[in-house]
Amino acid sequence: MSREGFVPPTAANLGNAASGIQTMKDYGVKYICAQCAVNFSLSPKEPVRCKECGHRVLYKARTKRMVQFEAR
Amino acid sequence: MSNIINIEHDRVSNTTATDFPGYSANGEYAWDLENFKKNFQLNISYLTQRTANFDLVGIDTSIANAFRRIMIAEVPSVAAEYVYIFNNTSVIQDEVLAHRIGLVPLKVDPDMLTWIDPNAEEEDKFTDENTIVLSLDVACTKNPNAIPGNNDPENLYRNSNVYARDLKFEPNGRQVTQFANCPVVPCDPDILIAKLRPNQEISLRVHCVLGIGADHAKFSPVSTASYRLLPTIDILEPITGDDAVKFQKCFPSGVIGIDSNGAAYVADARKDTVSREVLRHKEFEGKVKLGRKRDHFIFNVESTGAMPPEEIFYKSIRVLKTKAEYLRNCPIGNM
Repeated sequence: MSREGFVPPTAANLGNAASGIQTMKDYGVKYICAQCAVNFSLSPKEPVRCKECGHRVLYKARTKRMVQFEAR
Repeated sequence: MSNIINIEHDRVSNTTATDFPGYSANGEYAWDLENFKKNFQLNISYLTQRTANFDLVGIDTSIANAFRRIMIAEVPSVAAEYVYIFNNTSVIQDEVLAHRIGLVPLKVDPDMLTWIDPNAEEEDKFTDENTIVLSLDVACTKNPNAIPGNNDPENLYRNSNVYARDLKFEPNGRQVTQFANCPVVPCDPDILIAKLRPNQEISLRVHCVLGIGADHAKFSPVSTASYRLLPTIDILEPITGDDAVKFQKCFPSGVIGIDSNGAAYVADARKDTVSREVLRHKEFEGKVKLGRKRDHFIFNVESTGAMPPEEIFYKSIRVLKTKAEYLRNCPIGNM
């Protein structure tokens, strides 16, 4: 079981925005509304607001990255 | 020298054994194997799936205690060691959850696994011979068919409680056939691991390996392994009438009986807890003598469920034998 490590940026894996390419790719970060618990994503320029109820308090969703623990 | 330990109201006397080599108790200077074979007894009081109660009679404390300590700390068993968490949005923290999963006793025969090589590369460390993989994937949702008015979480939500039985065995390689008849399950399926609310999720994978209790208590195959010495009660002068009833009440029920003449007699000293209550009363002074047999050990072994208790005891004997063998072959001893 290998863990995800830090990969130094190269031209190949540099993000599109960083390398100056404009695409319609979704940069959205996943959020959860604190009021209505709906899941949605927001792109960097969008206002911090729930898309369903307009509530302004949002939680970031946990990443799906695996974490290893010793059961001790 | 008497083989009884004296229990007095304020102290315990005659505690040290004298049956070691070089001591001349009765003209014999050496510990004798034939003598030991003749006098040693093993009596089983009861055996169940989880507990065993047996007596070892005619053995030294050092050996009996070695068995007890080995059963607790050195008989190997299988427990969760590495937890790989993909997602955990429950209120219980990742490391606490990992710790809780580690403590769940698993029904695995330790003889079916080999020891893990701690120096191996991470990729080659876990094989189908030394690791058991369990997975836990639970997500809580609202119950659409909930009965109105009942605010019990069991009614309102689905999967609101995560139990040990939700740990699912994932056989790898030759484990598919090897564990076909005995799939790995937690010994107690109803252990509560975590509580969830709607939209919370736990998704993880567990690697279970062999270990010993000296390393971590989760590897101990017993929940308790203990012994006590057989109590003795000697009535020196007859105790009759109302005194006998009072005398009887000084002991747990069943220890003292009263015969047809109204005199107290010892019915079953084994049931006594040796509370010494009887020694607090003036009227019984000098009439009763409490003690314990120095070489009569009443063992009580409770298994966590992976192995039957008698197997744990056999294995402790094997471990002690290997240790003795190692010591005998030690270069220091041969010099």
